Amino acid sequence: MSTATLTFDQQGGQSDEARVDAAMRSFVSEFGVTTALHMESCVRCGLCAEACHFHVATGDAKYTPIYKLEPFRRAYFREASPFAPLVRALGLVKKPSIADLQQWQELLYDSCTMCGRCTLVCPMGIDIAELVKEARHGMFKAGLVPERLALMDRTARQWGSAATPGEDLPDILAEAGKRYGVEIPCDLGAADILVTAASAELGEHTKALADAAKILNRIGAKWTMHQGGFDASNIGFNNGDMELQERLTRALVDTAVKIGAKTVLLPECGHAYGAARWEAAKWYGQALPVRIIHMTEFLDELIATGRIRVTKIGETATFHDPCQIVRRGGLEAAARRVLAALGFELIELKDHGVAGYCCGGGGGVVSNQRATPLRHKVFEMKKQQVEATGAKRFVTSCGQCRITFQMGAKHAHWEKSIESLLELVADNLAV
Amino acid sequence: MDLLSFARGPALTVALVVFVLGTLWRLAGVLLRPRMRDLSAAREGAPGNLVGALRAVVHGMWPRKEFVQAALVTTINGYVFHIGLALVFLGYAPHIAFIYRVTGLSWPALPDMVMYLAAGATIISLLLALGSRLTNPVLRIISNADDMITWTITFLPVITGMAVVAEPSAAILARDHVIYSVPLAVHLLTLELLLVWFPFGKLMHAFLFAFSRGATGMRFSHRGVKV
Repeated sequence: MSTATLTFDQQGGQSDEARVDAAMRSFVSEFGVTTALHMESCVRCGLCAEACHFHVATGDAKYTPIYKLEPFRRAYFREASPFAPLVRALGLVKKPSIADLQQWQELLYDSCTMCGRCTLVCPMGIDIAELVKEARHGMFKAGLVPERLALMDRTARQWGSAATPGEDLPDILAEAGKRYGVEIPCDLGAADILVTAASAELGEHTKALADAAKILNRIGAKWTMHQGGFDASNIGFNNGDMELQERLTRALVDTAVKIGAKTVLLPECGHAYGAARWEAAKWYGQALPVRIIHMTEFLDELIATGRIRVTKIGETATFHDPCQIVRRGGLEAAARRVLAALGFELIELKDHGVAGYCCGGGGGVVSNQRATPLRHKVFEMKKQQVEATGAKRFVTSCGQCRITFQMGAKHAHWEKSIESLLELVADNLAV
Repeated sequence: MDLLSFARGPALTVALVVFVLGTLWRLAGVLLRPRMRDLSAAREGAPGNLVGALRAVVHGMWPRKEFVQAALVTTINGYVFHIGLALVFLGYAPHIAFIYRVTGLSWPALPDMVMYLAAGATIISLLLALGSRLTNPVLRIISNADDMITWTITFLPVITGMAVVAEPSAAILARDHVIYSVPLAVHLLTLELLLVWFPFGKLMHAFLFAFSRGATGMRFSHRGVKV
């Protein structure tokens, strides 16, 4: 429940004590060796603040990444550190209170996109983005999630997608296919490639589905979308809802196995990549029986192997590197090869590649309307970097980043169009 | 037993025992926690875990070019007091003599003038670090008692050491008895305080940094990302 006077939202009817206990139990369950090493190693140098777009854009010290983890840190030192009994006995570290958790909701959800730029600057190599994700697990257990994200979570639990129930998928695909003049197979009993979508592509942005279909049909792939597993934008991953994350992940992998697919093709969505490419095997308990591939690397492979050819556009372009795909996903070169194939003269942003600034909307921030003013401040930084390149075109390979930029551009009355790599390839397929 | 005998005898023994056992306890307590294997398929061509870890340890020695401007002062200041402390502790002739008495190990000393300069730079650098911690809004919001205790405990051996440097090290070592008994005992006790505090506070980063960087290096190199 949420009211305008509160700076936090909460769900469910748990008592305050039960919320704190649930958060603490969850926090403690996260403290494996890597997390423990990272909790132990901070020397509080503050350099992470210099990497965080929210701190850089506002100058507010509370957005220092390591500070966002304060309740999580306290839980570690009280309950799991090697000297925890001593820490508790002497009262050296305060147990997080309900007020602390409520206060930190904004820092963990509104002002962190889990982009991991802070990880790069940390001299101790602390992966703060991963720690924030783990802290969110506890916040979700405590029912302390921004209401807009909680609403999406409830929807996804009900429908298997934050956008639409599975039974509506055939109609959505049929309509998109008709609108863009392309066949989009649905619910085939057997296929080589299971194609998935981002939530937004099932609503306003169905052209992305048609673009993917156009390319897949061109290469003669045996592919399908499927009601059993179709939305790869894993809301559970962002919200800290591990149960939902597992369910959505399993839906994709199990559906692929069921239809005999060897590949699950992910949409242009960063968090889909983070959730499925790097975390799916954790839920599966073993190496996956299918290959998980992002749209960007799929396009890169098709172009590299000559299965598709594209006409050269021959203009200047700059590229926004989506954090989960590049910094945390390793696909920096793939997108650039596709841009080169399209004949773009790439003019890099001042901060680009692995160290590029986040769009400001990842990690669910774009959906969390409470964070909109903060997001717009980050957008201003990004806008300035794009304008400084003087590039004619502005391209990215994540739908969430694109939506974040579109919302920012609308607010700032910025005329620049933000283009999708997939769309550019699909629109410029050579015969 | 006078204060110097106490500092050189039982106090030193206790400090070393706490240092060694405490450090081992903390390292074991962290490194023996549950470990979850990354079952995802590695990026094609990704280096092995050890290579990824070692690369991250080495690359972490200096900020990436994108962060050099923002991190320059903090990084250089950090290097000044780390190197300064190492030079003074390991290069000053009376310290080497002390280490020889305790361990039987010895090596050539650095000239006194180098030591004085290193100690001076270390003191200035530590004062700058303290000033920054007390005035920078980011450092103020993230600092806790460990930071102040650790700073004090690091500063004390340096400043008490300066108090007993009244003559060239050759003259000190040539003498068969100590003339500044109490100041030397205090200096030694401050070092022992540092040893006792070491396992409990952030001084442990001297060991933890390699593991912490290495863990992230493994995670990212598995994905084909160079950190």
